[in-house]
Amino acid sequence: MTEHILEMRGISKTFPGVKALSDVNLAVSRGEVHAICGENGAGKSTLMKVLSGVYPHGTYEGDISFDGKAVSFKDIKDSEHSGIVIIHQELALSPYLSVAENIFLGNERSSRGFIDWNETNVEAAKLLKRVGLTLNPVVRAGDIGVGKQQLVEIAKALSKNVKLLILDEPTAALNDEDSAHLLGLVKGLRDEGVTSIIISHKLNEIRAIADSVTILRDGRTIETLSLHDGSVTEDRIIKGMVGRELKNRYPERTPSIGAEILRVEDWTVHHPQEHSRVVVDRANLSVRAGEIVGIAGLMGAGRTELAMSIFGRSYGSNITGKLYKGGKEISVRTVSEAIRHGIAYATEDRKRYGLNLLDDIKRNISGAALGKLARRGWVDSGREAVVAGGYRSSMNIKAPSVTSVTGKLSGGNQQKVVLSKWMFADPDVLILDEPTRGIDVGAKYEIYTIINSLAAQGKAVVVISSELPELLGICDRIYTLAEGSITAEVPIGEATPELLMQHMTKEKD
Amino acid sequence: MASTLTDAALKPAAPTLTDAGRFLASRLRQIGIFVALLVIVTLFQLLTAGKLLQPDNVSNIIVQNSYILLLAIGMVMIIVAGHIDLSVGSVAAFVGAMSGIMIQDWNMPWWLAFTASLVIGGLVGAWQGFWVAYMGIPAFIVTLAGMLVFRGLTQITLENRRITGFPAEYRQLGGGFLFPGLFPADTNILDWTTVGLGLLAAGLLIGSQLRGRATRAKLKLDDEPMAWFATKLAFGAVVILGLTYLLASSRSGTPIVLVVLGLLVVTYSAVMGNSVFGRHIYARGGNLQAAQLSGVNTKKIDFYLFVNMGVLAALAGLIFTGRLNSAGPGAGNLFELDAIAAAFIGGAAVTGGVGTVIGAITGGLIMGVLNNGMSLLGVGSDYQQFIKGMVLLLAVGFDVFNKRRASSALK
Repeated sequence: MTEHILEMRGISKTFPGVKALSDVNLAVSRGEVHAICGENGAGKSTLMKVLSGVYPHGTYEGDISFDGKAVSFKDIKDSEHSGIVIIHQELALSPYLSVAENIFLGNERSSRGFIDWNETNVEAAKLLKRVGLTLNPVVRAGDIGVGKQQLVEIAKALSKNVKLLILDEPTAALNDEDSAHLLGLVKGLRDEGVTSIIISHKLNEIRAIADSVTILRDGRTIETLSLHDGSVTEDRIIKGMVGRELKNRYPERTPSIGAEILRVEDWTVHHPQEHSRVVVDRANLSVRAGEIVGIAGLMGAGRTELAMSIFGRSYGSNITGKLYKGGKEISVRTVSEAIRHGIAYATEDRKRYGLNLLDDIKRNISGAALGKLARRGWVDSGREAVVAGGYRSSMNIKAPSVTSVTGKLSGGNQQKVVLSKWMFADPDVLILDEPTRGIDVGAKYEIYTIINSLAAQGKAVVVISSELPELLGICDRIYTLAEGSITAEVPIGEATPELLMQHMTKEKD
Repeated sequence: MASTLTDAALKPAAPTLTDAGRFLASRLRQIGIFVALLVIVTLFQLLTAGKLLQPDNVSNIIVQNSYILLLAIGMVMIIVAGHIDLSVGSVAAFVGAMSGIMIQDWNMPWWLAFTASLVIGGLVGAWQGFWVAYMGIPAFIVTLAGMLVFRGLTQITLENRRITGFPAEYRQLGGGFLFPGLFPADTNILDWTTVGLGLLAAGLLIGSQLRGRATRAKLKLDDEPMAWFATKLAFGAVVILGLTYLLASSRSGTPIVLVVLGLLVVTYSAVMGNSVFGRHIYARGGNLQAAQLSGVNTKKIDFYLFVNMGVLAALAGLIFTGRLNSAGPGAGNLFELDAIAAAFIGGAAVTGGVGTVIGAITGGLIMGVLNNGMSLLGVGSDYQQFIKGMVLLLAVGFDVFNKRRASSALK
């Protein structure tokens, strides 16, 4: 009989308006590598945050028992004390401190308040050796590559006498060689008795190293499969991830598609800081008038990066490739040029990139096309209020007045303000990045209706979304993106969640 | 029980006293700064047994604080954009010194020296704006360097002397009055120029407000209640006419610098509220990334903000030099801190995105009245500094506390 090192029973977690986890069960055997799979938003990260005490005991329902004892963690420190260490997708190393200092950060080797540098560096070197790194522990963490940083994170975990290591998308930012090394290390740690939970989108990796896999969907546990006998295929896992009923959650629409409006050719984008890292790789895509085109991709596939680089090079460096608008090549070097060429981009992160939360609804709506309301540099405030009032009623923005501050609106209403802003700019191409993220179901339907009406006006609409059912419900054509490359172009008639997921998880050749 | 509840919810409640109270409370945050000024003026009027609002003292307060108020206009714009300018005192001193050299050593006519001084201010601003906007150096660093650089240049320019004996025309800007002796002395119960100007200002205020309200009504836009609008307007008119009366009965009538300041306040309020440039400043300070992703050229905004600040600092330098009839190496010391304090007391947010010209002017007046009132009471400069410091801390603390309460009420 296998003994369970971790059992989570009946875990439910509610955020205002959203049930992120409902009655989730997870049992991890001692000394195994246990994978967790699911679409973006399925609740994987929330579950791990519950486990590691980011969401403290009392803010969720259900029980956790670890190492045979019932536990109730107050914070991360508490869970680390019990031997649970989580390594997040975004690495948490301080770039200006040395590798050794990072490893012992918060856990310093010291006597009477003074750091013992010799012990720090010697112990660090031993830990680095365990993770297969031959590296001088005094180099700055910012000076080593992402792959090595990931290993330093693991060394840091080992310094805390880890019993259960949680890795959230550990290979998302790594190249193949570094990925292979990391996965080998996780296997090696298993043989030393360290249990691991690995969250990954890369199904081939999961099949290669995991002993079992738990699939989450819509905040529920779907199933736990053993991978030992090899009978579980990637398709079998995909079916578990996406297999849900599509109900009538999308408004009816008869598309009327016209001529091509925007075409992107051989579009290559590099990371803004690491200039050699390719983020978008020779992407080709086009969108026609009245058409809704979806871009499907898992986290880190380069969806937002592709969109923002097209939108006036607001992301990336060394951008190459060509843009054609209505058949003519255009040069779009700044956001204002993009807007002038009739391209608009509504961000996935409206609080950070979309709205001035300190200002009111009308001024946010006029923000991208203030020139239309101005004569010789002076804004006609009366007309601005009238315009904003028009959008408030047509978009059904629920606020007492157009002078209400946007920071106080709900997510759905904020999104409507962002959409109003871009509708007022009257673009030909509208790129919507996660237009329904963090929005409740009712408001989602309204947003879909707005998207449909934009297409009906003859605009070309590009929708980026993590939710496959959403793309299948509203798009005419879907591109899949994996590791910065467009891996397929699927007409809506042929698209199934399984097919899309296959292309989204495709490895580069 | 349930039915009474729904009845109450459906029927629009008659306006009650508590409603009026709630309305006033919600407006109090907007007008709190004006109330604070009123309280401070009343307090010192009582403490000094009426000396504070003596006509000549009021005239004195205005002239004494004019250059700080002028700097506060530019400063609040910089702060709204999310920057700071520590160099304005040194820039004012440098421009004052340059104007002295131009007039005394190069024998330039006063008007040419004025124009050249404003151009120098603009160039200084362009220099600092270049580093902030296009080189991406934080404004704190650029202007801290500027504070030292232009203080040094002031001393180099002056070769450690003090230039005095400016022509009378030059001195008018800082210390002159509008058309003294326009009317024969025996008809002067009040200074009629001042009275005319005051009536004109009050008329323009009422006219423009009424026209704005009429336009809003025509466009069927929501507006504030009539009673509130009328109260505010009446209050504004009373303040203007009261000030008119005091100045008209003072020895010399309207200070020229007050006219300059009044025009600048009106112009810059309009720029901040209604021009594309002004609106882009708020957008830049409120959320830099969102502004950039809306196509706002934030670098250009930053650059011209500093050019503007440079010109205003030059003007402040000319006023100050003219008032003292002297350009010295230590002129304008700590002006920047007074201007920054005025903007923050006037409700500007440290993180940018929030602040108004009229708020900064009111903040500057609070500091000015405090200074003057305490001097009249014979409070030493040691206590004055202490009290001004505490006022700044408490004013911003009150604002932050208020915001936090408002945002936690949301959750």
